[in-house]
Amino acid sequence: MELVAEAVTVVGRLREVRAGLAPGRLTVICGPNGAGKSTLLSALAGLVEPDAGRVCLGQHRLGELTGRERAMAIGYLPQAGEVAWNVTVETLVRLGRLPHRTPAKVDAAATMAALDALDLNALAGREVGTLSGGERARALLARVLAGQPRWVLADEPLAALDLAHQQALLAHFRRLAGQGVGVVVVVHDLALAMNHADHVIVLDRGTVAANGPPHVALAEEVLASVWGVKARWVGDGRSRALAIG
Amino acid sequence: MNRAALPVVLATLLLLLFPLCLMAGQVWINPFDPAGAPYSANATVILAQLRLPRAVLAVVVGAGLGASGAAMQGYLRNPLADPGLFGVAPLAALGAVLSLFMGFAVQPFALPAMALAGAAGGMVLLALIASGPRTGLAGGVALFTLAGMMLSSLAGALTSLAISLAPNPFALTEIVTWLMGALTDRSWHDVALAAPLTALGLAVLWRAGPSLDALTLGELAARSMGLDPAALRWMMVLGVGLVVGAGVSAAGVIGFVGLMVPHIVRPFTDRRPSSLLLPSALAGALLLLVADALCRCLPLAGGELRLGIALSLLGAPFFLHLLLRLRRGLA
Repeated sequence: MELVAEAVTVVGRLREVRAGLAPGRLTVICGPNGAGKSTLLSALAGLVEPDAGRVCLGQHRLGELTGRERAMAIGYLPQAGEVAWNVTVETLVRLGRLPHRTPAKVDAAATMAALDALDLNALAGREVGTLSGGERARALLARVLAGQPRWVLADEPLAALDLAHQQALLAHFRRLAGQGVGVVVVVHDLALAMNHADHVIVLDRGTVAANGPPHVALAEEVLASVWGVKARWVGDGRSRALAIG
Repeated sequence: MNRAALPVVLATLLLLLFPLCLMAGQVWINPFDPAGAPYSANATVILAQLRLPRAVLAVVVGAGLGASGAAMQGYLRNPLADPGLFGVAPLAALGAVLSLFMGFAVQPFALPAMALAGAAGGMVLLALIASGPRTGLAGGVALFTLAGMMLSSLAGALTSLAISLAPNPFALTEIVTWLMGALTDRSWHDVALAAPLTALGLAVLWRAGPSLDALTLGELAARSMGLDPAALRWMMVLGVGLVVGAGVSAAGVIGFVGLMVPHIVRPFTDRRPSSLLLPSALAGALLLLVADALCRCLPLAGGELRLGIALSLLGAPFFLHLLLRLRRGLA
């Protein structure tokens, strides 16, 4: 089922943004600061009601779905990974089951599967306050996965992570996409986008500046016009890097 | 301790201590003394008309304060939150003070009825504020809390005005004594009024449990999980308002219970707000029941120690301890 933004306008943030997202792909949204990346992601998650245009999941407008229906289809990982109470990793991950209202056994199985998928079994009993940044990011993603959504939308999940943890989390996203889940991630690091994305949407001042496979959407001309940076790609395959200047 | 066992342990303690607290007081009633007190007419009156309604009321009010404290902390995601923050308690107190001020309080139902009217007025004001222009949950919570604080200080000022304008020294004494909060001389009338309202409020808060759990992850994540911020706000106004209104109308202003109890209970649960509700209700009931019995037993010149004062004496150092713990990032 496709997730489509049709001429979405959010006053002061987005102007007639059109984007069709296909499931089973890792889509990366990038753009300079203030380009509207987070707003687009929130609109795709149904958290921001567009002032004009609409976001559709398959045949349905997001606004027509109940909160619970939407929650079961679309998992959203906010940028600020807040956890108000010092719960254990297992309790945290299990919160992802809230929209489902399924029997405890089903919830426990889904929680276990999510912990498994992110190699968190050993940490299940640890309190969130004692986790490292990388472990915490994994636990928060596991919360989303426990809800077994068809879409996973994550706002800058890699921002606070070191190189190794970025690669590990990206590998998890890729695996999810391989299982048919639609994964949409806001990323600042263009090299990560270039090497890992199936599809890239570049936003600039509230509009789509480029949209396509990474080597097209992140072509050197786009970098020059959107970021105002003279840069070129070096290397090849999945190990390209950006040489500035 | 097994986490599922906590409510059972607390309920058992409550059942064990309840009869014990009935025995305690200025007059000790020993049930194992076949010749004496428990079977005399005096003892029957003391038990049935004085101590039993008082103990039941302690349980009802304590349960309401404990659970609404847990719900408020979950709602505001702040361990320092307290059911008094919405301003419902001071407005209920204002209603009661006005009934004493105007001398209506000689009627059996006048004081609690006016306290409830004050609480209802506070809830209506909060509801008007809450249903105002659409704000995000973030703006909503901050606005809501500030509005509650504004209502609190307004009610406080009006209460002080009533005290300063008290028509006679008798009314003045009555107002000041009532404001301290106590369960002395309460009757089955008070129970009949407070118990159903508290039960209703607790049921509403119980229903809010899953939404409060979702809020653990922050407002955006909670909304992405299907939380309806407006519905939750209504549930909080209704639940906390009913419980606190009923509590104040029955017992006056009793502070710190709603703050302390969820804290004491939290480490023994999985820390989700919803798993705190039942244990907090039971622990609040237990705390008020025992504290009231101790107040009754303490020999004090000029009557007994007021429950509200006793709990504030206990609560203030606890609050300080909590602040210090929070500073070290332990709470």
